[in-house]
Amino acid sequence: MSLDLIERAVRWWASVEAYIPGFLGAAWLAFQITLVIIALTWAFGLLAALGKISPYWWLRWPAGFYVWFIRGTPTLIQVFLFYFGLPQLGVRLSPFTAGALALGINGGAYVAEIIRGGLLAIPKGQMESALAIGLTPLQAMTRIILPQVFRIILPPLTNEAATTLKNTSLLSTITIMELTLHTQLAIAATYRPFDFYIIAAILYLIMTTALTQLAAWLERRYRVAY
Amino acid sequence: MSGSTILEVTDLTKAYGNHQVLSGVSLTLQAGEVVALIGASGSGKSTLLRCVNLLETPSGGTIRFQGDVVDWRRRPGLLRGYGHLTGLRTRIGMVFQQYNLWPHLTVLQNVIEGPIRVKRLGRHEAEARAESLLGRVGLIEKRHEYPSRLSGGQQQRVAIVRALAMEPQLMLFDEVTSALDPELVGEVLALMASLARDGMTMLVATHEIAFARDVSHRTIFLDSGRIAEEGPSKTMLAAPSELRTQQFLKRVLHHDLTTEASRT
Repeated sequence: MSLDLIERAVRWWASVEAYIPGFLGAAWLAFQITLVIIALTWAFGLLAALGKISPYWWLRWPAGFYVWFIRGTPTLIQVFLFYFGLPQLGVRLSPFTAGALALGINGGAYVAEIIRGGLLAIPKGQMESALAIGLTPLQAMTRIILPQVFRIILPPLTNEAATTLKNTSLLSTITIMELTLHTQLAIAATYRPFDFYIIAAILYLIMTTALTQLAAWLERRYRVAY
Repeated sequence: MSGSTILEVTDLTKAYGNHQVLSGVSLTLQAGEVVALIGASGSGKSTLLRCVNLLETPSGGTIRFQGDVVDWRRRPGLLRGYGHLTGLRTRIGMVFQQYNLWPHLTVLQNVIEGPIRVKRLGRHEAEARAESLLGRVGLIEKRHEYPSRLSGGQQQRVAIVRALAMEPQLMLFDEVTSALDPELVGEVLALMASLARDGMTMLVATHEIAFARDVSHRTIFLDSGRIAEEGPSKTMLAAPSELRTQQFLKRVLHHDLTTEASRT
Protein backbone atom coordinates (compact mmCIF):
# COMPACT_ATOMS: atom_id res chain seq x y z
CA MET A 1 0.00 0.00 0.00
CA SER A 2 2.39 2.69 1.20
CA LEU A 3 5.07 1.28 -1.05
CA ASP A 4 2.69 1.74 -3.92
CA LEU A 5 2.15 5.40 -2.97
CA ILE A 6 5.88 6.05 -2.78
CA GLU A 7 6.42 4.33 -6.09
CA ARG A 8 3.74 6.49 -7.70
CA ALA A 9 5.26 9.65 -6.23
CA VAL A 10 8.68 8.70 -7.53
CA ARG A 11 7.28 7.97 -10.94
CA TRP A 12 5.41 11.32 -10.92
CA TRP A 13 8.55 13.21 -10.00
CA ALA A 14 10.50 11.44 -12.75
CA SER A 15 7.86 12.54 -15.23
CA VAL A 16 8.02 16.24 -14.26
CA GLU A 17 11.66 16.53 -13.27
CA ALA A 18 12.79 17.45 -16.76
CA TYR A 19 10.42 20.43 -16.78
CA ILE A 20 11.57 21.87 -13.43
CA PRO A 21 14.56 23.92 -14.69
CA GLY A 22 12.29 25.57 -17.25
CA PHE A 23 9.79 26.44 -14.54
CA LEU A 24 12.51 27.79 -12.27
CA GLY A 25 13.81 29.98 -15.09
CA ALA A 26 10.31 31.35 -15.73
CA ALA A 27 9.78 31.97 -12.01
CA TRP A 28 13.08 33.82 -11.80
CA LEU A 29 12.06 36.00 -14.73
CA ALA A 30 8.73 36.75 -13.02
CA PHE A 31 10.63 37.69 -9.87
CA GLN A 32 12.99 40.03 -11.71
CA ILE A 33 10.11 41.71 -13.52
CA THR A 34 8.40 42.09 -10.16
CA LEU A 35 11.39 43.92 -8.67
CA VAL A 36 11.38 46.41 -11.56
CA ILE A 37 7.64 46.94 -11.19
CA ILE A 38 7.85 47.38 -7.41
CA ALA A 39 10.37 50.17 -7.91
CA LEU A 40 7.95 51.79 -10.38
CA THR A 41 4.98 51.44 -8.02
CA TRP A 42 6.92 53.20 -5.26
CA ALA A 43 7.97 56.02 -7.56
CA PHE A 44 4.48 56.56 -9.00
CA GLY A 45 2.90 56.03 -5.59
CA LEU A 46 5.12 58.60 -3.87
CA LEU A 47 4.51 61.22 -6.56
CA ALA A 48 0.76 60.64 -6.49
CA ALA A 49 0.61 60.68 -2.67
CA LEU A 50 2.55 63.94 -2.48
CA GLY A 51 0.34 65.29 -5.26
CA LYS A 52 -2.81 64.38 -3.38
CA ILE A 53 -1.75 66.20 -0.19
CA SER A 54 -0.24 69.13 -2.08
CA PRO A 55 -1.62 72.64 -1.52
CA TYR A 56 -1.67 73.13 -5.31
CA TRP A 57 -4.84 72.12 -7.13
CA TRP A 58 -2.89 71.50 -10.35
CA LEU A 59 -1.06 68.70 -8.55
CA ARG A 60 -3.98 67.47 -6.48
CA TRP A 61 -6.40 67.02 -9.39
CA PRO A 62 -4.21 64.92 -11.68
CA ALA A 63 -3.09 62.78 -8.72
CA GLY A 64 -6.70 62.25 -7.68
CA PHE A 65 -7.75 61.38 -11.21
CA TYR A 66 -4.88 58.92 -11.56
CA VAL A 67 -5.76 57.01 -8.39
CA TRP A 68 -9.48 57.09 -9.18
CA PHE A 69 -9.02 55.84 -12.75
CA ILE A 70 -6.59 53.06 -11.92
CA ARG A 71 -8.46 51.73 -8.90
CA GLY A 72 -11.74 51.81 -10.79
CA THR A 73 -10.70 49.83 -13.86
CA PRO A 74 -9.55 46.20 -14.27
CA THR A 75 -5.82 45.62 -14.25
CA LEU A 76 -6.05 43.42 -17.34
CA ILE A 77 -7.73 46.23 -19.31
CA GLN A 78 -4.89 48.54 -18.28
CA VAL A 79 -2.28 46.04 -19.49
CA PHE A 80 -4.12 45.65 -22.81
CA LEU A 81 -4.42 49.42 -23.11
CA PHE A 82 -0.64 49.78 -22.91
CA TYR A 83 0.29 46.84 -25.14
CA PHE A 84 -2.51 46.68 -27.71
CA GLY A 85 -4.02 50.16 -27.34
CA LEU A 86 -1.06 52.51 -27.51
CA PRO A 87 0.23 51.28 -30.91
CA GLN A 88 -2.96 52.67 -32.43
CA LEU A 89 -1.76 56.09 -31.26
CA GLY A 90 1.64 55.40 -32.75
CA VAL A 91 3.30 54.47 -29.45
CA ARG A 92 4.78 51.02 -29.87
CA LEU A 93 6.24 49.57 -26.70
CA SER A 94 8.01 46.25 -26.25
CA PRO A 95 5.98 43.70 -24.30
CA PHE A 96 8.27 44.14 -21.33
CA THR A 97 8.11 47.95 -21.33
CA ALA A 98 4.34 47.99 -21.81
CA GLY A 99 3.80 45.36 -19.12
CA ALA A 100 6.13 46.92 -16.57
CA LEU A 101 4.65 50.38 -17.13
CA ALA A 102 1.07 49.15 -16.93
CA LEU A 103 1.61 47.20 -13.72
CA GLY A 104 3.86 49.90 -12.27
CA ILE A 105 1.23 52.56 -12.86
CA ASN A 106 -1.44 50.19 -11.59
CA GLY A 107 0.35 49.36 -8.33
CA GLY A 108 1.37 53.00 -7.93
CA ALA A 109 -2.25 54.02 -7.41
CA TYR A 110 -2.59 51.57 -4.53
CA VAL A 111 0.82 52.50 -3.09
CA ALA A 112 -0.23 56.16 -3.29
CA GLU A 113 -3.13 55.52 -0.95
CA ILE A 114 -0.87 53.57 1.42
CA ILE A 115 1.69 56.38 1.52
CA ARG A 116 -1.00 59.02 1.91
CA GLY A 117 -2.37 57.13 4.89
CA GLY A 118 1.13 56.98 6.36
CA LEU A 119 1.67 60.69 5.81
CA LEU A 120 -1.59 61.50 7.59
CA ALA A 121 -0.47 59.37 10.54
CA ILE A 122 2.55 61.60 11.22
CA PRO A 123 1.72 64.37 13.71
CA LYS A 124 1.65 67.88 12.19
CA GLY A 125 4.27 68.99 14.70
CA GLN A 126 6.92 66.90 12.97
CA MET A 127 6.74 68.99 9.81
CA GLU A 128 6.47 72.20 11.84
CA SER A 129 9.56 71.55 13.92
CA ALA A 130 11.46 70.66 10.75
CA LEU A 131 10.41 73.90 9.06
CA ALA A 132 11.10 75.92 12.21
CA ILE A 133 14.71 74.68 12.18
CA GLY A 134 15.03 76.03 8.65
CA LEU A 135 14.69 72.88 6.56
CA THR A 136 12.89 73.36 3.25
CA PRO A 137 9.65 71.40 2.80
CA LEU A 138 11.49 69.01 0.48
CA GLN A 139 14.25 68.42 3.05
CA ALA A 140 11.66 68.02 5.79
CA MET A 141 9.89 65.39 3.68
CA THR A 142 12.95 63.36 2.76
CA ARG A 143 14.80 63.65 6.08
CA ILE A 144 12.05 63.79 8.71
CA ILE A 145 8.65 62.72 7.42
CA LEU A 146 9.18 59.93 4.87
CA PRO A 147 11.61 57.86 7.01
CA GLN A 148 8.87 57.74 9.66
CA VAL A 149 6.18 57.00 7.08
CA PHE A 150 8.22 54.13 5.67
CA ARG A 151 8.29 52.35 9.03
CA ILE A 152 4.52 52.65 9.41
CA ILE A 153 3.61 51.49 5.93
CA LEU A 154 6.04 48.60 5.57
CA PRO A 155 3.37 45.92 6.25
CA PRO A 156 0.77 47.19 3.75
CA LEU A 157 3.57 47.94 1.31
CA THR A 158 4.60 44.29 1.52
CA ASN A 159 1.07 43.14 0.76
CA GLU A 160 1.11 45.38 -2.28
CA ALA A 161 4.44 43.91 -3.40
CA ALA A 162 2.96 40.42 -3.17
CA THR A 163 -0.03 41.57 -5.22
CA THR A 164 2.36 42.99 -7.80
CA LEU A 165 4.13 39.65 -8.01
CA LYS A 166 0.86 37.82 -8.56
CA ASN A 167 -0.25 40.43 -11.10
CA THR A 168 2.75 39.60 -13.29
CA SER A 169 0.83 36.48 -14.34
CA LEU A 170 -1.38 38.88 -16.33
CA LEU A 171 1.66 39.60 -18.49
CA SER A 172 1.28 36.09 -19.94
CA THR A 173 -1.43 37.66 -22.11
CA ILE A 174 1.04 39.98 -23.81
CA THR A 175 3.61 37.33 -24.78
CA ILE A 176 5.99 37.71 -21.84
CA MET A 177 7.39 34.25 -21.04
CA GLU A 178 6.98 34.58 -17.30
CA LEU A 179 5.82 31.74 -15.10
CA THR A 180 2.16 31.62 -16.13
CA LEU A 181 2.73 31.66 -19.88
CA HIS A 182 5.52 29.11 -19.48
CA THR A 183 3.11 26.89 -17.57
CA GLN A 184 0.43 27.20 -20.22
CA LEU A 185 2.86 26.25 -22.96
CA ALA A 186 4.09 23.25 -20.97
CA ILE A 187 0.48 22.15 -20.50
CA ALA A 188 -0.29 22.58 -24.17
CA ALA A 189 2.64 20.28 -25.00
CA THR A 190 1.90 17.59 -22.42
CA TYR A 191 -1.74 18.04 -21.46
CA ARG A 192 -1.05 17.76 -17.74
CA PRO A 193 -2.86 20.89 -16.40
CA PHE A 194 -3.17 19.79 -12.78
CA ASP A 195 0.51 18.87 -12.38
CA PHE A 196 1.83 22.02 -13.94
CA TYR A 197 -0.62 24.54 -12.44
CA ILE A 198 0.20 23.10 -9.02
CA ILE A 199 3.91 23.51 -9.69
CA ALA A 200 3.33 27.11 -10.82
CA ALA A 201 1.22 27.83 -7.74
CA ILE A 202 3.92 26.46 -5.44
CA LEU A 203 6.56 28.59 -7.13
CA TYR A 204 4.41 31.74 -6.74
CA LEU A 205 3.89 30.80 -3.11
CA ILE A 206 7.61 30.48 -2.49
CA MET A 207 8.23 33.89 -4.02
CA THR A 208 5.45 35.73 -2.15
CA THR A 209 6.65 34.11 1.07
CA ALA A 210 10.19 35.28 0.37
CA LEU A 211 8.87 38.84 -0.06
CA THR A 212 6.88 38.82 3.17
CA GLN A 213 9.82 37.31 5.06
CA LEU A 214 12.08 40.04 3.75
CA ALA A 215 9.59 42.66 4.92
CA ALA A 216 9.25 41.01 8.34
CA TRP A 217 13.02 41.15 8.68
CA LEU A 218 13.09 44.83 7.70
CA GLU A 219 10.33 45.57 10.17
CA ARG A 220 12.24 43.92 13.01
CA ARG A 221 15.36 45.81 12.04
CA TYR A 222 13.71 49.22 12.04
CA ARG A 223 11.60 48.57 15.11
CA VAL A 224 14.75 48.81 17.24
CA ALA A 225 14.47 52.58 17.10
CA TYR A 226 11.16 53.06 18.85
CA MET B 1 20.30 94.80 27.57
CA SER B 2 22.39 96.21 24.79
CA GLY B 3 19.54 98.21 23.33
CA SER B 4 19.50 97.04 19.71
CA THR B 5 16.09 96.00 18.50
CA ILE B 6 15.71 92.32 17.61
CA LEU B 7 12.03 92.07 16.82
CA GLU B 8 9.51 94.73 15.96
CA VAL B 9 5.94 93.67 15.27
CA THR B 10 3.53 96.37 14.18
CA ASP B 11 -0.24 96.03 13.96
CA LEU B 12 -0.12 92.30 13.24
CA THR B 13 -3.41 90.69 12.30
CA LYS B 14 -4.33 87.10 11.55
CA ALA B 15 -7.70 85.70 10.58
CA TYR B 16 -8.82 82.22 9.58
CA GLY B 17 -11.78 82.95 7.37
CA ASN B 18 -14.12 84.98 9.54
CA HIS B 19 -12.36 84.07 12.73
CA GLN B 20 -10.09 86.91 13.82
CA VAL B 21 -7.28 85.50 15.98
CA LEU B 22 -4.99 88.53 16.13
CA SER B 23 -6.48 92.01 15.86
CA GLY B 24 -3.55 94.38 15.58
CA VAL B 25 -0.75 93.37 17.91
CA SER B 26 2.39 95.49 18.23
CA LEU B 27 5.42 94.66 20.30
CA THR B 28 9.16 95.24 20.35
CA LEU B 29 11.92 93.08 21.75
CA GLN B 30 15.35 94.49 22.50
CA ALA B 31 18.40 92.27 22.44
CA GLY B 32 18.62 90.26 25.63
CA GLU B 33 15.07 90.99 26.60
CA VAL B 34 12.76 88.28 27.89
CA VAL B 35 9.07 88.93 27.30
CA ALA B 36 6.32 86.70 28.65
CA LEU B 37 3.06 86.34 26.75
CA ILE B 38 0.17 85.38 28.97
CA GLY B 39 -3.50 84.98 28.26
CA ALA B 40 -6.22 82.37 28.11
CA SER B 41 -6.19 79.53 25.59
CA GLY B 42 -7.31 80.94 22.26
CA SER B 43 -6.17 84.46 23.08
CA GLY B 44 -3.68 84.32 20.20
CA LYS B 45 -0.38 83.63 22.00
CA SER B 46 0.59 80.67 19.81
CA THR B 47 -0.58 82.34 16.63
CA LEU B 48 1.51 85.40 17.43
CA LEU B 49 4.63 83.28 17.94
CA ARG B 50 3.97 81.26 14.79
CA CYS B 51 3.53 84.41 12.71
CA VAL B 52 6.96 85.63 13.81
CA ASN B 53 8.77 82.71 12.13
CA LEU B 54 6.11 82.42 9.43
CA LEU B 55 4.82 78.99 10.37
CA GLU B 56 1.59 80.94 9.92
CA THR B 57 1.23 83.61 7.28
CA PRO B 58 -0.06 86.85 8.84
CA SER B 59 -3.13 88.53 7.37
CA GLY B 60 -1.71 92.01 7.83
CA GLY B 61 0.85 94.10 9.63
CA THR B 62 4.61 94.46 9.61
CA ILE B 63 7.32 92.30 11.14
CA ARG B 64 10.88 93.51 11.34
CA PHE B 65 13.57 91.12 12.47
CA GLN B 66 17.00 92.56 13.22
CA GLY B 67 16.05 95.63 11.24
CA ASP B 68 14.95 93.80 8.10
CA VAL B 69 11.32 93.73 7.06
CA VAL B 70 10.09 90.15 6.95
CA ASP B 71 8.42 89.76 3.59
CA TRP B 72 5.57 87.47 4.57
CA ARG B 73 3.67 88.24 1.38
CA ARG B 74 6.28 86.49 -0.75
CA ARG B 75 4.93 82.99 -1.32
CA PRO B 76 7.52 80.30 -2.02
CA GLY B 77 7.18 78.09 -5.08
CA LEU B 78 6.87 74.34 -5.15
CA LEU B 79 10.56 73.58 -4.68
CA ARG B 80 12.23 77.00 -4.80
CA GLY B 81 11.91 80.36 -3.17
CA TYR B 82 12.55 79.27 0.40
CA GLY B 83 15.68 81.36 0.87
CA HIS B 84 14.00 84.12 2.87
CA LEU B 85 12.12 81.63 5.04
CA THR B 86 15.22 79.55 5.73
CA GLY B 87 17.23 82.68 6.49
CA LEU B 88 14.63 83.89 8.97
CA ARG B 89 14.04 80.54 10.66
CA THR B 90 17.75 79.87 10.99
CA ARG B 91 17.98 82.96 13.19
CA ILE B 92 14.81 82.27 15.18
CA GLY B 93 14.62 79.18 17.36
CA MET B 94 11.27 77.73 18.32
CA VAL B 95 10.28 75.26 21.01
CA PHE B 96 6.86 73.62 20.99
CA GLN B 97 4.42 72.40 23.58
CA GLN B 98 4.67 68.80 22.34
CA TYR B 99 8.50 68.89 21.98
CA ASN B 100 8.20 67.59 18.39
CA LEU B 101 11.50 65.78 18.51
CA TRP B 102 12.01 63.48 15.53
CA PRO B 103 11.46 59.98 16.93
CA HIS B 104 13.47 58.11 14.29
CA LEU B 105 16.64 60.06 15.08
CA THR B 106 18.78 59.87 18.20
CA VAL B 107 19.17 62.87 20.49
CA LEU B 108 22.45 63.81 18.82
CA GLN B 109 21.02 63.34 15.32
CA ASN B 110 18.06 65.56 16.26
CA VAL B 111 20.43 68.31 17.33
CA ILE B 112 22.85 68.20 14.38
CA GLU B 113 20.21 67.90 11.63
CA GLY B 114 19.68 71.65 11.30
CA PRO B 115 23.33 72.70 11.57
CA ILE B 116 24.35 70.13 8.94
CA ARG B 117 21.46 70.48 6.46
CA VAL B 118 20.68 74.16 6.85
CA LYS B 119 23.91 75.79 8.01
CA ARG B 120 26.09 73.35 6.05
CA LEU B 121 28.32 72.68 9.04
CA GLY B 122 30.70 69.74 8.86
CA ARG B 123 29.57 66.67 10.77
CA HIS B 124 32.49 66.83 13.19
CA GLU B 125 31.97 70.44 14.07
CA ALA B 126 28.20 70.01 14.36
CA GLU B 127 28.64 67.05 16.68
CA ALA B 128 31.21 68.81 18.81
CA ARG B 129 28.91 71.81 19.25
CA ALA B 130 25.89 69.60 19.90
CA GLU B 131 27.76 67.65 22.53
CA SER B 132 28.91 70.76 24.32
CA LEU B 133 25.31 72.04 24.39
CA LEU B 134 24.00 68.67 25.57
CA GLY B 135 26.67 68.69 28.24
CA ARG B 136 25.51 72.09 29.37
CA VAL B 137 21.96 70.84 29.95
CA GLY B 138 23.12 67.61 31.56
CA LEU B 139 22.05 65.27 28.78
CA ILE B 140 25.37 64.28 27.27
CA GLU B 141 25.00 60.64 28.34
CA LYS B 142 21.66 60.48 26.48
CA ARG B 143 23.09 61.53 23.13
CA HIS B 144 22.74 58.13 21.48
CA GLU B 145 19.28 57.41 22.90
CA TYR B 146 16.08 57.76 20.91
CA PRO B 147 13.62 60.40 22.18
CA SER B 148 11.09 57.79 23.30
CA ARG B 149 13.58 56.63 25.94
CA LEU B 150 13.65 60.08 27.55
CA SER B 151 11.28 61.67 30.05
CA GLY B 152 9.13 64.57 28.89
CA GLY B 153 11.39 67.06 30.64
CA GLN B 154 14.49 65.59 29.02
CA GLN B 155 12.80 65.62 25.61
CA GLN B 156 11.88 69.26 26.01
CA ARG B 157 15.44 70.14 27.03
CA VAL B 158 16.69 68.35 23.92
CA ALA B 159 14.18 70.34 21.86
CA ILE B 160 15.61 73.54 23.37
CA VAL B 161 19.15 72.38 22.57
CA ARG B 162 18.07 71.53 19.02
CA ALA B 163 16.90 75.12 18.58
CA LEU B 164 20.00 76.57 20.27
CA ALA B 165 22.29 74.56 17.99
CA MET B 166 21.28 76.89 15.16
CA GLU B 167 22.67 79.80 17.22
CA PRO B 168 19.47 81.84 16.97
CA GLN B 169 19.16 85.55 17.78
CA LEU B 170 15.67 85.03 19.18
CA MET B 171 13.97 82.10 20.87
CA LEU B 172 10.22 81.51 20.76
CA PHE B 173 8.72 79.29 23.46
CA ASP B 174 5.18 78.08 22.85
CA GLU B 175 3.78 76.82 26.17
CA VAL B 176 6.72 74.49 26.48
CA THR B 177 5.81 73.17 29.93
CA SER B 178 2.09 72.65 29.37
CA ALA B 179 2.40 69.04 28.25
CA LEU B 180 4.79 68.07 31.04
CA ASP B 181 4.06 66.17 34.21
CA PRO B 182 4.14 68.68 37.09
CA GLU B 183 7.34 67.27 38.58
CA LEU B 184 9.18 67.77 35.26
CA VAL B 185 8.25 71.41 34.75
CA GLY B 186 11.01 72.72 37.00
CA GLU B 187 13.98 71.38 35.03
CA VAL B 188 12.71 72.99 31.81
CA LEU B 189 11.96 76.33 33.45
CA ALA B 190 15.39 76.28 35.10
CA LEU B 191 17.04 75.82 31.70
CA MET B 192 15.01 78.70 30.27
CA ALA B 193 15.95 80.89 33.22
CA SER B 194 19.63 80.13 32.65
CA LEU B 195 19.26 81.05 28.97
CA ALA B 196 17.67 84.32 30.04
CA ARG B 197 20.59 85.02 32.38
CA ASP B 198 22.99 84.38 29.51
CA GLY B 199 21.33 87.17 27.57
CA MET B 200 19.19 85.25 25.09
CA THR B 201 16.33 87.25 23.62
CA MET B 202 13.18 85.30 24.37
CA LEU B 203 9.47 85.55 23.65
CA VAL B 204 7.71 83.10 25.93
CA ALA B 205 4.05 82.14 25.73
CA THR B 206 3.32 80.59 29.10
CA HIS B 207 0.83 79.78 31.80
CA GLU B 208 3.59 79.77 34.41
CA ILE B 209 2.93 83.09 36.11
CA ALA B 210 5.76 82.57 38.57
CA PHE B 211 8.18 82.15 35.69
CA ALA B 212 6.86 85.27 34.01
CA ARG B 213 7.26 87.22 37.26
CA ASP B 214 10.71 85.94 38.21
CA VAL B 215 12.45 85.57 34.84
CA SER B 216 10.83 87.81 32.24
CA HIS B 217 11.52 91.54 32.07
CA ARG B 218 8.18 92.41 30.62
CA THR B 219 4.82 90.69 30.49
CA ILE B 220 2.19 91.09 27.81
CA PHE B 221 -1.38 90.03 28.51
CA LEU B 222 -3.24 89.01 25.36
CA ASP B 223 -6.99 88.98 25.38
CA SER B 224 -9.00 88.00 22.26
CA GLY B 225 -6.15 88.79 19.92
CA ARG B 226 -5.33 92.19 21.42
CA ILE B 227 -2.78 93.36 23.93
CA ALA B 228 -4.93 94.19 26.94
CA GLU B 229 -2.07 95.16 29.21
CA GLU B 230 1.68 95.13 29.27
CA GLY B 231 4.37 96.29 31.60
CA PRO B 232 7.40 95.32 33.68
CA SER B 233 6.63 91.80 34.89
CA LYS B 234 7.09 92.35 38.60
CA THR B 235 4.85 95.36 38.92
CA MET B 236 2.26 94.29 36.38
CA LEU B 237 1.79 90.80 37.76
CA ALA B 238 1.72 92.02 41.32
CA ALA B 239 -0.77 94.80 40.63
CA PRO B 240 -2.41 94.61 37.22
CA SER B 241 -4.37 97.72 36.34
CA GLU B 242 -6.84 96.19 33.89
CA LEU B 243 -9.86 94.32 35.20
CA ARG B 244 -9.46 91.56 32.60
CA THR B 245 -5.86 90.99 33.64
CA GLN B 246 -6.89 90.82 37.27
CA GLN B 247 -9.60 88.27 36.50
CA PHE B 248 -7.29 86.18 34.36
CA LEU B 249 -4.52 86.16 36.98
CA LYS B 250 -6.99 85.26 39.67
CA ARG B 251 -8.12 82.24 37.66
CA VAL B 252 -4.60 80.96 36.83
CA LEU B 253 -3.18 81.62 40.25
CA HIS B 254 -6.09 79.89 41.88
CA HIS B 255 -5.46 76.97 39.54
CA ASP B 256 -1.78 77.04 40.51
CA LEU B 257 -2.65 76.88 44.17
CA THR B 258 -4.99 73.93 43.72
CA THR B 259 -2.48 71.96 41.66
CA GLU B 260 0.17 72.87 44.21
CA ALA B 261 -2.09 71.47 46.92
CA SER B 262 -2.84 68.31 44.97
CA ARG B 263 0.87 67.71 44.43
CA THR B 264 1.53 67.39 48.15
